[in-house]
Parts: sequence; C-alpha cells; structure tokens
Amino acid sequence: MTSKRGTLDLLSERAIEALIRLCGISAILFVFGIFFFVFREGAPFLRHLDLGEFLFSKSWIPTSQTVPKYGVGALIVGSLSVTAVAMAIAVPFGLGAAVFISEFCGRKTKETLKIVIELLAAIPSVVWGFVGLSVMSPLLINTFHTPIGVNMLNGALLLALMSVPIMVSIGEDALKAVPDSFREAAIALGATRWQMVYRVLLPASKNGLLAAVLLGVGRAIGETMAVLMATGHSVRIPTSIFDPVRTLTATIAAELGETSKGSDHYQVLFLIGVLLFTITFIVNLTADLVVKGIRKQ
Amino acid sequence: MTSRASHLAVATFAGTPFVRRKERNEMVAKCFFGMMAAAMIVPLILIVGYIVVQGWPLLSWEFLTTNPRGGGVRGGVWSALIGTLYLVGFSLLISAPIGVLAAVYLNEYARDNWFTRVVNLAVVNLAGVPSIVHGLFGLGAFVYFANLNEGKKSIIAAALTLAVMTLPVIIASTKEALSSVPVSFREACWNVGATRWQTIWRIVLPNSISGILTGVILQVSRTAGETAPVMLTGVTTWKMIESTGWLLYHPVKDQCMALSMHLYYIATQASGAPKALPFAIATVLVGAVVLVNATAIIFRIYLRSRKKW
Repeated sequence: MTSKRGTLDLLSERAIEALIRLCGISAILFVFGIFFFVFREGAPFLRHLDLGEFLFSKSWIPTSQTVPKYGVGALIVGSLSVTAVAMAIAVPFGLGAAVFISEFCGRKTKETLKIVIELLAAIPSVVWGFVGLSVMSPLLINTFHTPIGVNMLNGALLLALMSVPIMVSIGEDALKAVPDSFREAAIALGATRWQMVYRVLLPASKNGLLAAVLLGVGRAIGETMAVLMATGHSVRIPTSIFDPVRTLTATIAAELGETSKGSDHYQVLFLIGVLLFTITFIVNLTADLVVKGIRKQ
Repeated sequence: MTSRASHLAVATFAGTPFVRRKERNEMVAKCFFGMMAAAMIVPLILIVGYIVVQGWPLLSWEFLTTNPRGGGVRGGVWSALIGTLYLVGFSLLISAPIGVLAAVYLNEYARDNWFTRVVNLAVVNLAGVPSIVHGLFGLGAFVYFANLNEGKKSIIAAALTLAVMTLPVIIASTKEALSSVPVSFREACWNVGATRWQTIWRIVLPNSISGILTGVILQVSRTAGETAPVMLTGVTTWKMIESTGWLLYHPVKDQCMALSMHLYYIATQASGAPKALPFAIATVLVGAVVLVNATAIIFRIYLRSRKKW
C-alpha cells in the first residue's frame, strides 16, 4: 500500500508537525529562559544579600567607594506610587471610554475610536518620555507653580495615556461579552441607559473590567523610557505628587550601561530585573485567572 | 445591539415629563462617557500636532538621508533610520515564522488540556514582561551567554531580543486570524483525504494570510519604537555608516544607531542641539509608526470588505 512517495509524505508531515510543536512550546521556553538568564547574572550576589535590607532599605547608593548601599525600598515605593496615581487617572477614563465605545456610539464612531486607540497604543514610549520632558514639564511648572516639572504627576499622566488603550480594548471585550438579553431586560423594565450601565453591565462584567485594569497596571509598572525621562529620577520616598521619584525600571535603564559586568552593582540591577519579572508575572497571572473566572460562569 | 437598545429606549409616547427627564438623563450619560473617550483623543492630537509643528523647520529629504554630525546635534538621522530598519527587519524575520507556527500549533494541533493552558498562560505572561527585563535577558542570553559578538553588543543580539518580545503578540494575532477560518473549510479538506499539514498549508493559511500579515505589520511599528531592550543589547549612541552601499551595517559584528535611542540621546544627553532637532526626530519616528499602522488598518479594512464567508 505505502508507495515510496507515501512514506516520504508521511515523513515530511511528521517533521513539520515536530517543528510546529517545538514552536508551540517556544513561549514556555522563553518565559523560563528569561527568568533563568536574568537570575543567572544576578545570582552570585545573593550570597551576601540581606533580603530584608534589599527590599525595605531606602538607601540606594550603589556607586559609593566605601560602603555601597543596595536598598530598593524607595524604588519600589516610586514604582508603585507613580503606577497608583496613573491608575487613578486612567481607570475612570479608560473604563468610561470602553463603556462609550461599547454602549453609546454608532458603528462609524466605534470604528474611528478603535483606530485612534490603536494609534495611541502605537506611540513609542521614548516619544512619550520626550513629551513629558519637553511639553508637560513646562506646562506643569506654569500650572501648579512647582519647582520641578519632571515629577510623579508628569510620569503618571504619561503612564495613564499609555495604559488606557489596553484597558479600553480589554474592557470593551468584557462589556461585549455581556449577553444582549441583559440589556433588553433592563430597558424593558424602564431603566435609562445610565441605569443599565451602572446597575446591570458593570456588575455583570466586573471580572473582565478588573482584568483590564490589572493589565493596565502591569503595563504601567513595566514601562521604562517614559518614566526614566519624565519622573525626575531622584531616589526618595515621595510625600506629594509633585515630588520627583525614581522607579525600578528607570534605575536599570539608567545605571546598567555604567557598570562593569560581574560587579556587585551589575548583579543587583539584574536582581531588580528578577523582582520586576516576579511582580509583573503575578499581576498578569491574576489577570488571567480573573478572565478564566468569567469564562467558567 | 446598540441600535436595538436605542429603538427600545425611544418609546412611542414621547412628551410626558417622565419621558423627557429620562431622555435628558440619557443625553447626560452619553455626553459623560463621550467626554471620557474624547479625553484620550484630544491629548493624542495635541501632542502629535505639537511635535510635528515644532519639528517641521528641520524636516526635509536631506534630514532623512544624511548622517548625524557634530555629536548628533547637526546633520540628519540616516544611520539611525537604517539601524531601526535593520533591527525591525531581522527581528521580524525571526519572530514571524516562529510566532505563526506557534499559533498554528495552538489553534490546529493542541487539545484542550492542562498543557495547552500552560502554553497559553506562558504566551500571556511573555507579553507582560517589562521591556527592560527583556533587555536584561538579551544581555545575559545573547550578548554574554551565546556570545554572538565576543561579549559585545550587536545588531543580531538586539534583533533576537526584539523577536522574543514581539513573539507573544504575533502568536495572539495569528491565532485570532486562524480561528476566523470556518471549521467547515477544514472538515471539507480532511474529507477528501488531506493530512493535517496539507489542510493547514493549502486551506487554513491562504484563507487567513491577511489577518496574519496585519498582525505582523502592526508589530513593525511596535518594534521600531522600542528603546529599553535594544539599548542594552545592540544600540549605541554613535555609529556612522556610509550613505550608499549594499550592506550598510554588518548585522553580527556591528552595533547600530536607532531612531528611538537617538531621540533619547538628543533629548537628554547631547548638549547644544537646536530646539527643533528632538522634535524632528520624534516626528520621523511617530511618522514612520503611524504610516505603518495606517497601512495595516487600510489593509485590514480592504480585506474585511472582500471576505467571502
């Protein structure tokens, strides 16, 4: 039965299938690879690292000749605070825009808005950083009469604009997943569309919206160039939103080029990378589980 | 669904105070949410407009095709432009085939079991890894461990880093394109005795190639703007190239300049640059990104209009 050609076909089919399977698991390999290689460069320093001091000490003086200090407490606070302010701005606007796109506008407007959001998402982060530096900074100085324009608020505004697109698109998906019968039932009962959104849609899609917010958080924490250029880059625990701060990501970007391979400073920067990887991994995992939660319902 | 809802909302007995109040509420709600949406568009237009207006005096064909001079503060952006093209080209050359095949695996071969869930989870998480961590990975894996250029940064190391970074997004967009091909197409093909791969090669891929390409084109714009990962793995602030020639950069041995890094360098570190220069570089970068995105969007609209099923 099996002619020569048939065997050959079978063999090539097998070979291609193997290749496809290999590519299929590549994502897993890369996730482990990223953790492994980043950890590998930073690992030697773990021997003389006091984890408590590393995470909670707020003195980051890596270039000191006598006693360098590697405490990332202030950097963690910087990352978290700028992300928190960014989310306080982005969440209402992002979810509001998602509601508008999904419930209140016609097809034409919807398509246009989606294209605008795609363009907003496409603007490179270094351009945002440059905008923060050259446009927003003077604007903030003039509006709020702060001494420094590159500060937490500046970075947070940029991060808000950068994380809004993902929130809108995931949030809109979540709203779209609510069955039309819910909407019809609400309107048949005499609810206005505002009541329908507030009382029916938001509760029904809250998991999806939460996932949207989490993905926005993940993006904001991991953002590098914009915060490097726009937050002022000074190590301190901020007391107001007009204080300059420094984030984990910006520290790596700014300092890695000046360290020599294998030095303590170099290894600590890779450990900060491990920390960042862990934080975003947890945030993304949570978002994914939340989304899975909706599918089960 | 929206139109259906509005039909229902506009009751036939208009005019009573109750209905009027309801309609007013509707308008208020619509304006409120509309303003939320407008709050994203207005800054986009203002910012892009401002950048273009400020950079306009410097923009010309010469600006694009001459090398930077005097520490980058005079001349054009030629080396940076070509460097960006090299990075984008090589990274997509690597990530597009792997990404498409991975999506084929997930959509056509994988069964719905725990392993597939783990793969999908890995894709999601890979997409969420911060760009600077990708940079650290590229430095550790491609520059030092794989030792592609004797422990120094190189274009190929940066391209590989970008490839890993774009992979999950290509997988996601390709998966969507593949799943839009109706199952009946595949069944018809299997029924005439085709193998799995023959079905994919002859039926599934040709019918979804437009969606796949759109996803890949969108990645071009994403990749072109990346700064953090490439500055650790292959991009430098100063590397001149000839203005003509066949191979402008040596991809394995050279580091290159890139538009994104050039903007960062000029905006933060170079001294004595004319005020319009960073705006002009930003205009070139944003212009390139928007151009590529617009191509993808037009392509998508065109293909959607001639879809047969």
